[in-house]
Amino acid sequence: MTSLDATPTAGATPPGTKTTTMTLGKALNAGLRRAMQDDDHVVLLGEDVGALGGVFRITEGLQDEFGAQRVVDAPLAESAIVGAAIGLALRGYRPVCEIQFDGFIYPAFDQIVSQLAKMRARSGGRVTLPVVIRVPVGGGIGAVEHHSESNEAYFAHTAGLRVVSCADPGDSYRLIRAAIASDDPVIFYEPKRRYWDKGPVDLDAAPASLDRARVLREGRDVTLVAHGPTVKTALAAAEAATEDGFSVGVVDLRTISPLDMDTLMRCAETTGRMVVVHEASTFLGIGAEIAAAITEACFHVLEAPVLRVGSYNLPYPPAKVEDDFLPDVDRVLDAVDRALKF
Amino acid sequence: MSSTHDHVANDEPSLEVAPRREVSPPVQFVTPEGEVTALGEQHGIDLDLARQLYRHMSLARRLDQEALALQRQGELGLWLQCWGQEAAQVGSILALRESDYVFPSYREHAAALVRGISPTELLSQWRGATHAGWDPTSRNLHFYSLVLGTQTLHATGYAMGAVLDGGEHVVAAYFGDGAASQGDVSEAFNWAAARDLPVLFICQNNQWAISTPTSLQYRTPVHERAAGFGLRSFHVDGNDALAVHAVTAQAADIVRRGQGPALVEAVTFRMAGHSTSDDPTKYRTAEEFAAWEARDPLTRLRTLLEHRDTEPSWFSALSAEADELGVEVRRACRAIEAPKLDDLFDHAYAHPHSLVDVERLTHREFVDSLEVAG
Repeated sequence: MTSLDATPTAGATPPGTKTTTMTLGKALNAGLRRAMQDDDHVVLLGEDVGALGGVFRITEGLQDEFGAQRVVDAPLAESAIVGAAIGLALRGYRPVCEIQFDGFIYPAFDQIVSQLAKMRARSGGRVTLPVVIRVPVGGGIGAVEHHSESNEAYFAHTAGLRVVSCADPGDSYRLIRAAIASDDPVIFYEPKRRYWDKGPVDLDAAPASLDRARVLREGRDVTLVAHGPTVKTALAAAEAATEDGFSVGVVDLRTISPLDMDTLMRCAETTGRMVVVHEASTFLGIGAEIAAAITEACFHVLEAPVLRVGSYNLPYPPAKVEDDFLPDVDRVLDAVDRALKF
Repeated sequence: MSSTHDHVANDEPSLEVAPRREVSPPVQFVTPEGEVTALGEQHGIDLDLARQLYRHMSLARRLDQEALALQRQGELGLWLQCWGQEAAQVGSILALRESDYVFPSYREHAAALVRGISPTELLSQWRGATHAGWDPTSRNLHFYSLVLGTQTLHATGYAMGAVLDGGEHVVAAYFGDGAASQGDVSEAFNWAAARDLPVLFICQNNQWAISTPTSLQYRTPVHERAAGFGLRSFHVDGNDALAVHAVTAQAADIVRRGQGPALVEAVTFRMAGHSTSDDPTKYRTAEEFAAWEARDPLTRLRTLLEHRDTEPSWFSALSAEADELGVEVRRACRAIEAPKLDDLFDHAYAHPHSLVDVERLTHREFVDSLEVAG
């Protein structure tokens, strides 16, 4: 079966290209460094991003290399971080904000949703705000309250923002550089429980496109659609399904706004069955949008309803329960079974 | 603070940090009766500047009155009058350089006129034709911000960029007594002070946040609060254009020399309601209005100029100029056209966005189908 991914930049590393193995966190660090080397208007802002390198060390070493004027330790005020980034962008800079944890983004909600997202449209296209907001996202690291949220739907629902979710080291390196190069504001989600996962990174690779999903695994029977931390879960579930004789494909969304509907529709047409997997609760989540959009676009090819696997519509639970709360391989396989039996 | 002291027994030393007791009266150069104060004499009264201020203030008031009438005639959806705040706005913005980037709130029509914003640009937002009336870079005046206080953080970030660029800068942000309660404003004060950023915060304290008086808004006045954050702080009679100009010039000079951010609190009054949808008689008295009417910023400057030999012909020429502006405001307002929905699909994103592309096409096909159906 041929690749379903039509974009030339989204494929695997060409043979012969020299790659380095590094963690997802280090790949993001390398991507930030490369972007700052390429353009001296790239400025980092965030809590503890300087000497400490951020609580996850994603900006480690960058203040030493680029100085405290370009790697700015912000006061503990998320609205200020995003509001100041807007001002920097108005002055011609390309700010990259770090929100320390997903659950700390809400004090900045107005600046993101009412200011950052809308200013270009308000201005009739005269104002460009190339701002990236990096957000370590999701659960699975045994964290305390407010440190494990999946809030991508809020921002994907807001016109004017792009929402990106990276899943593995090589792609994270390409996506962060693409986000910084974008003239649109980007909410950039980093799967915090995958920060320490290692993988190949081609440091000479071009930035990724910000509107294309990746088909990571082709399948004939069911397509799993995932993003960020659940991509690895979906790949494991697809592998497990082969033991039962089923061919299950996996799509990594990469971009949530916009959704790459072309790739999703081609996959739906191939398998007729689709299961969307994400950490966020399923109610009004990205899976709900994909299910509706796929049903509207290619109802006639579907063998089963598009199913969703996510967390429950509860506040994120205490860490001792999170393994039961988050979608895992078994819950994905259960949905695959239901889709096959429909 | 005083209540805590009351609870301390007489023989027990207070362990509390000494409260700041000085209350600095606002700087005033010209009294409401048009007399020059001792401080005004000491500073000197520049009559050419006074005429320049009076001219801009008169034109702004005329535009404001015309816009109110246009709203009442149904030509504007909403209007927020700057009546009473002309001195605070004109005095402050004239003290800045045209190269100083300014972030207004949403009532700074007088300041906008000084910066060369046209009646068409000023009214189009309130006629419902756009959310932002002008190109901000062309006059170094950002468009209006309707979510209160957000622009103070934009100014803070803009100032960070200015510092990175090097050179001397002033980045100004207007806001009001109500907006000062927003967290964004405190965050902006704090960060600007912590990093010595060249931000000039200009607070027009017009006494009312829609129906909420300053007495319910805060205990510590904005200029004292700013000082607590580490800003250089100024307090001025906001209906005294010459004093506002002098105070703003001094504050801007401090900021421009890299000595950190400053704040000017201009004490003024919102003579009209918050907006044309408001009814101020429901929450404030006729006596309060009358007291502020007696402190009108235009009247006092006119009295001063008349006492200092400005010819009646100068005033009549200005009156004719205001009449011309009134005609232009009415013509410009009625000529503002609504944008086409189709065009708005181009403005939400800088780069193509597949959902926008699909929805633009869907919209066009729907419109075309209606035309075919006739």
